[in-house]
Amino acid sequence: MAHDETLKTTPLTDDHIARGARMVPFAGYTMPVQYPMGVLAEHLWTREHAGLFDVSHMGQARLRGVSPLSAFEEVVPGDYIGLKPGKQKYSMLLNRTGGIVDDLMAGRPDDDGLFVIVNGACKDNDFKVIDDELAGQVEIERLENRALMAIQGPEAAAVVQAHLPAAAEMAFMDIRAMPGFGTDLIVSRSGYTGEDGYEISVPAAEAVRVWNLLLEDARVRPIGLGARDSLRLEAGLPLYGHDLDETVSPVEAGLTFAVNRNRREQRDFPGAARIVKELAEGPARAKVCLRVLEGAPAREGAEVADEAGNVVGVVTSGGYSPVLKGGIALAFVPPALKAVGTKLKVIVRGKPQPAEVVASPFVPHRYVRKA
Amino acid sequence: MRFTKDHEWVELDGDVATVGITAYAAEQLGDVVFVETPDVGKAVKAGDAFAVVESVKAASDVYAPISGEVVEANPELGDAPETVNASPEQGGWFAKVKLADKSEYDALMDRAAYEAFLQTL
Repeated sequence: MAHDETLKTTPLTDDHIARGARMVPFAGYTMPVQYPMGVLAEHLWTREHAGLFDVSHMGQARLRGVSPLSAFEEVVPGDYIGLKPGKQKYSMLLNRTGGIVDDLMAGRPDDDGLFVIVNGACKDNDFKVIDDELAGQVEIERLENRALMAIQGPEAAAVVQAHLPAAAEMAFMDIRAMPGFGTDLIVSRSGYTGEDGYEISVPAAEAVRVWNLLLEDARVRPIGLGARDSLRLEAGLPLYGHDLDETVSPVEAGLTFAVNRNRREQRDFPGAARIVKELAEGPARAKVCLRVLEGAPAREGAEVADEAGNVVGVVTSGGYSPVLKGGIALAFVPPALKAVGTKLKVIVRGKPQPAEVVASPFVPHRYVRKA
Repeated sequence: MRFTKDHEWVELDGDVATVGITAYAAEQLGDVVFVETPDVGKAVKAGDAFAVVESVKAASDVYAPISGEVVEANPELGDAPETVNASPEQGGWFAKVKLADKSEYDALMDRAAYEAFLQTL
């Protein structure tokens, strides 16, 4: 397969190619979209066993300063001052009009400031925004010398805990710096599939060894970006650049859980005026989960119509659910049409097909909330 | 059997051409989860998008390799789209087209030419 020299590689790229992965450009990197097993089998393997994902394209950084937690609150709507050591929290960088610049995880694996993970396609801009906004308050160290892998699925915990007994003490959204695999790790119990599992930050030089050690376990298979996307969609999780962008507010996106109560009262984050107003009066559009009841999967850009046939919204990401064996989608609709059970149409190649608003997630999350 | 550069195959029986996608195309698409076949009676022109095949990841057009009228669509693909992967060049056929112009068929690649073409990809 042609290797585009302008694309960046991860420490695991050669290993993916050796395993027969189909490589595609993604976020400026050459990344495995699928391995020989195929997207459908990789998806179901992750739901039944344990899938291992290379997500080293994502941006890892440390923010350090006199009070990095309170400084960070100037660019996100989450409560970070109250974040206890050993915990991480989902949040988003906001612009001044309350649009989402990126969504992210930020946590305290140890006492060394704040550890942040952002989307690969956004990372250069994200760190520039943080640097511009928080100049003089935090110093950003981008951890370009670390790989990131995720292991997800009902058997992931047993696989990881065989190597890292201390990981058994962690619950969903816990994060810890710990020694393991003969090196230094940052381990969180989180992921992007709706399954239990861990995300593990590893020094780049140790990545191939750790990856292959995990794959020695018969319960573990490597999983590409194709299944990563269908898994996150079934889990109802938004994808930046598709479901979220600089025009979408956290309220419109259904992410109000990430706008903490004390922050709403203080109104001290970017775009607070819009976001507080939307919280009080409702947003102009609402994110819903749709089941396509008949016909082809509705994909990004497909129009959504009401029962009378008036176009009222748009699919922001959609595809085929291997678990539900049918089309599922995330879409924007007017808030009046967001109730579970609302009958709508999705227009695929000019044909209206029946769809229905369903509860999020499409496939139940299986997070382990108590260790 | 004849082939196109868009990876469709055509098999002629009298003046009716059975059309499908090649094993190479099916392998490239991955697991087929939905197929939209053309309506019977539809007039198609060579090169028109006349069917759609969807994998988990994406939807792809299937182009009519020859012009004519659709006389039959494979009824099995509605409930069993995976037939396209299991048997791309037999049971996974998409449609039968009554040929308008046999010279279009004659102009397509034979298997040796198609396999040589695959080597160039």
